Amino acid sequence: MALFYAFIAIIRRDLLLAVRRRSEIANPLLFFILVITLFPLGIGAQPHLLQAIAPGIIWVSALLAAMLSLDSLFRSDFDDGSLEQILLSPYPASVLVLAKIIAHWLVTGLPLLIVAPLLAVLLGMPTQSIGVLLLTLLLGTPVLSLIGAIGVSLTVGLRRGGMILSLLVLPLYVPVLIFAGNAVEMAGSGLPVDAQINILISILCLSVVLAPWPTAAALKMSVN
Amino acid sequence: MPNNSTCRLQGRNLCCVRDDRVLFEELCFELSSGQVLLLEGENGSGKTSLLRILCGFREPDAGQVLWCGNAINDSLYYEEMAYVGHLNGVKKELTALENLKVSLALGQVGKYSITQALAKVQLADFDDALVQTLSAGQQRRLSLARLLITHNSLWILDEPFTSLDIQGITLIESLMTEHCNKGGMVVLTSHHDIALPSVDVQRMLLS
Repeated sequence: MALFYAFIAIIRRDLLLAVRRRSEIANPLLFFILVITLFPLGIGAQPHLLQAIAPGIIWVSALLAAMLSLDSLFRSDFDDGSLEQILLSPYPASVLVLAKIIAHWLVTGLPLLIVAPLLAVLLGMPTQSIGVLLLTLLLGTPVLSLIGAIGVSLTVGLRRGGMILSLLVLPLYVPVLIFAGNAVEMAGSGLPVDAQINILISILCLSVVLAPWPTAAALKMSVN
Repeated sequence: MPNNSTCRLQGRNLCCVRDDRVLFEELCFELSSGQVLLLEGENGSGKTSLLRILCGFREPDAGQVLWCGNAINDSLYYEEMAYVGHLNGVKKELTALENLKVSLALGQVGKYSITQALAKVQLADFDDALVQTLSAGQQRRLSLARLLITHNSLWILDEPFTSLDIQGITLIESLMTEHCNKGGMVVLTSHHDIALPSVDVQRMLLS
């Protein structure tokens, strides 16, 4: 029970911090919106082309927005010593780390879900695939936060970890991108997408269970 | 504090190597209830490295740290220790009260309530102030207040007197004395002379 309170306390703290420094929420969201709105301008008057690549555009933008927000996951805690205190807590570090990842997703991943339908309409995506798009984002963006957490925890101690972080994390994002993009595309042509959704669910379950352990271990190494 | 009298912190043949430089080796100490271990030495002599080994952040290159006879990772060590390092470990965008609430949730309930602890470190009127509006010394006091609100018997303090004024130093000394008289233990590094007349202070010189 005490562990549950600690878990909730970390989520509450991080949400409160996000409210106090709003740029953390706004940055990835603005990036997501900007990138997507630039595509119609760049491609020009070719609505069919735009419609065809809409799932890809949205998912690649979501992926890059997630990458952009990753560094904020542990950076401030690392810099002010709060991370040391979290690791010294008698509770398992992996559980507390999971709380931090969940809070991070609520702040940076969930807003993408809210604006995604609007942007999908903007790109002319067929109505029947918008529901699937939302479902893939709901299942996929937490995976991006979870996998990203492993990468950040390894690089948070380095002075310029940004480049290494993207090299570490992007390849691991590829399966999510492939299955999610494919599901939205299939849904657009009216085909069943159960298989892709099931795979995304299993990727999510796996990463919820497996990602916090290496993250906690790598953070312990990073504070050294 | 249960089993306080039997618990002790031991370092056995500790060795620390940093960048091919041996900071210390064959270091042994034993700290039991009611004692203070004061680490002395020049800058770069390995005081902070030793404290970080005691916290478990760093593996000793040889030797081991024992808590009540068990390796620290196999014991209830983390329920009994509290650490205040160079970094205060408080969030600047939260108020003093919110910071302490998080610390309390991460540990177990201790001797003092949050209000009492804030009064003890003379921050009673600042509980609703954002930490970034507090001075460096006040932020230090806030991080030391964390020691009071959570349950712990071993305090590990890295330069606790940094940026504290004379009253602050006296205050922390009296808190340490009180803690030791109740059966607690303190490991600290300090460049200041500390005055703890009624406490058994071991001094260890790292060179």
